[in-house]
Amino acid sequence: MKDKKNYCKDISFSEAGPGDAGKTGSWRIARPVLDPQICTPGKRNAPACYICWLYCPDGVITRGIPPKIDYEYCKGCGICAQECPTKAITMVDESSFLEGAEEDPCK
Amino acid sequence: MERECIEIRWHGRGGQGAITAAKIVAKAMFAAGYTGVAMIPTFGTERRGAPVFTSLKVSKDKIFDLSPTTRPDIVVVLDYLLLEEVDVASGLKKDGLIVINSPRQPANYSFNGRKIAVADVTDLSVRAGLPAGVVNSGIIGAFAKAAHFVAMDGLTSAIEEEFSGRRPKENARAALLCYENTIIGGPR
Amino acid sequence: MQVIESGNVAAALGVKLARARVIAAYPITPQTPLTEKLSEYIESGEMDAEYIPVESEHSALAVCIAAASTGARAFTATSANGLLYMHEQIHWAAGARLPLVMCVVNRGVGAPWTVWNDHQDSISQRDTGWIQLYANDHQQIIDTVLKAFLLAEEVMVPVMVCYDGYLLSHTYMPFDVPDSSLTDRFLPPYNPAYSLDPKRPANLNTVTLPDVRPDIRGDMAHGYMEIRYLLHKSMLDAIPALKKIDERFASVFGRGGAPFIEPYLCEDAEYVAVSLGSLSYHLRDVVDMLRGEGIKAGVMSVHLYRPFPAEIIAQALSSCRGVIIFEKALSYGYQGALTSDIKSALYRHTQDSSARPSIVNYILGLGGREIATHHLYEAFKSSCSPDGMKGEETRWIGLKF
Repeated sequence: MKDKKNYCKDISFSEAGPGDAGKTGSWRIARPVLDPQICTPGKRNAPACYICWLYCPDGVITRGIPPKIDYEYCKGCGICAQECPTKAITMVDESSFLEGAEEDPCK
Repeated sequence: MERECIEIRWHGRGGQGAITAAKIVAKAMFAAGYTGVAMIPTFGTERRGAPVFTSLKVSKDKIFDLSPTTRPDIVVVLDYLLLEEVDVASGLKKDGLIVINSPRQPANYSFNGRKIAVADVTDLSVRAGLPAGVVNSGIIGAFAKAAHFVAMDGLTSAIEEEFSGRRPKENARAALLCYENTIIGGPR
Repeated sequence: MQVIESGNVAAALGVKLARARVIAAYPITPQTPLTEKLSEYIESGEMDAEYIPVESEHSALAVCIAAASTGARAFTATSANGLLYMHEQIHWAAGARLPLVMCVVNRGVGAPWTVWNDHQDSISQRDTGWIQLYANDHQQIIDTVLKAFLLAEEVMVPVMVCYDGYLLSHTYMPFDVPDSSLTDRFLPPYNPAYSLDPKRPANLNTVTLPDVRPDIRGDMAHGYMEIRYLLHKSMLDAIPALKKIDERFASVFGRGGAPFIEPYLCEDAEYVAVSLGSLSYHLRDVVDMLRGEGIKAGVMSVHLYRPFPAEIIAQALSSCRGVIIFEKALSYGYQGALTSDIKSALYRHTQDSSARPSIVNYILGLGGREIATHHLYEAFKSSCSPDGMKGEETRWIGLKF
């Protein structure tokens, strides 16, 4: 009988969680930015709503107060911003987060 | 026997049109007499927004090697933000050229003495009447100015043909504007 | 007219020029752009055909089988697991002797999932009774699609036109699109010997008995074994038929002359590489490098894989010292299928057993593993000596353990 430990190495095997395709956050063109003043859990200071968490296809939103988005893996699809019932999430152009973006002399 | 071959690697993001840009240049170079032309996109599992690249190989003889280029003569970058995450100059020949869509000056960049050409294609394309974010026609103008392999009139007609029904005039104008506003730096 | 387009567009243009009347296909990467292009031609009125969307590849081929049974020229295309999902209907189409043409845009098969190129999909369909042709570039894709319809209709055996996923399907290169007045001259409308007609109801491909049986008129009808023998015989007839078709193609379009194999610098070669598809063209660069070092190397592309032109291949290889077969597929637990086929051809057709060339089989590029020129050069060169041919017969290139 084959060593059972090695079975999962002999097939293609991946465990639940982000990261199997690398740091997919670099794919993002626009970043979802959450305003805790408008977000329902943020406003009520209690667990509520979490529509963004439910809809996120990559599982990169956690149910905190307010919900937290993992930018290492968020691909910037914008579904959370689209679905948020209070419009607390805005998609912001990724280039504006670059270091020195504001003081760029060419802009 | 090494075949004489010019290799151009195009870096963009999924959906940005790097393949279309390379295809237009391929058509223009074929029309200019290069019989060996192969534009070979490299595909990952990526989606829109992910870094992508395509290899354009151009020669007087037929191209048989369809593997991605590792020793490019020219690198074209459709989005300067890619420089932060991709080693775009990987394998670029010592006398090579790098063309970047960037709002910055060539002096802001250094690629070990390689020639650098920069145009703010994103901004110039909007000025040419294109919607924000369309850069693949404009980058061709910057490429043409820096590389002088093909004449601009051959390229503008190839652009109008490719974009027929999708703002052909504006796309051609973007290429011309970028051609006129490309800044070349680095050693000559 | 010279164009620069993708390999999938080359195939679609071939199908359009062949005036196929029924297209049924299910999308799968990297085949999808081919059938999308055909649906565009039909939608815009450029192509007079029925596009039948289906829910699976099995249904796609079933629709083509039905269409061809009514006398229509029919076409489908697929890749990888889509091809395997068709498998039962693939056998059926051949046994029913329907002149279908299918493009197989070669891709590796799961598990594990891969969308990238190798030849395991079409090679695994080797024994289904379909003719298999492999194209090396875009010109060969469009030309082979046109020839395939004529060949299928000539011998009444379906044809797979196989070409490399991505490497050809998504690469852009120049090729000539022949004028439709010429393609119409080359490929006349399909004139079926029999087609289903509601006025004369009939059952096709009904159950057979182990033995022959009298039919409704009392004539003896073939049993299963006779029908299968005749399929085999027609497959063998496809070899001379393809030669004639290639000559006819050359007389109309000025291209051709290598319908079965395409040798490059093989005449005086001591070591000959053999491969299918675009890899056999890539090996030409390596042959040039080896020739530059004084090594008498050559490379041979195999275009027609089934029926296997055994005698032609054996003759082409009989005077060299070593045959080095580069394959993107293998029969697990043995070796590459092309290697087994070439060995058996040499066994049958080389009279003097001591004069038979040595054989080495390289497995490479599975699931799109990159094949760089230096990989091919190192493998090829290391085999170009009597010592290099010794040792393990089947060797893997590019494994990273």
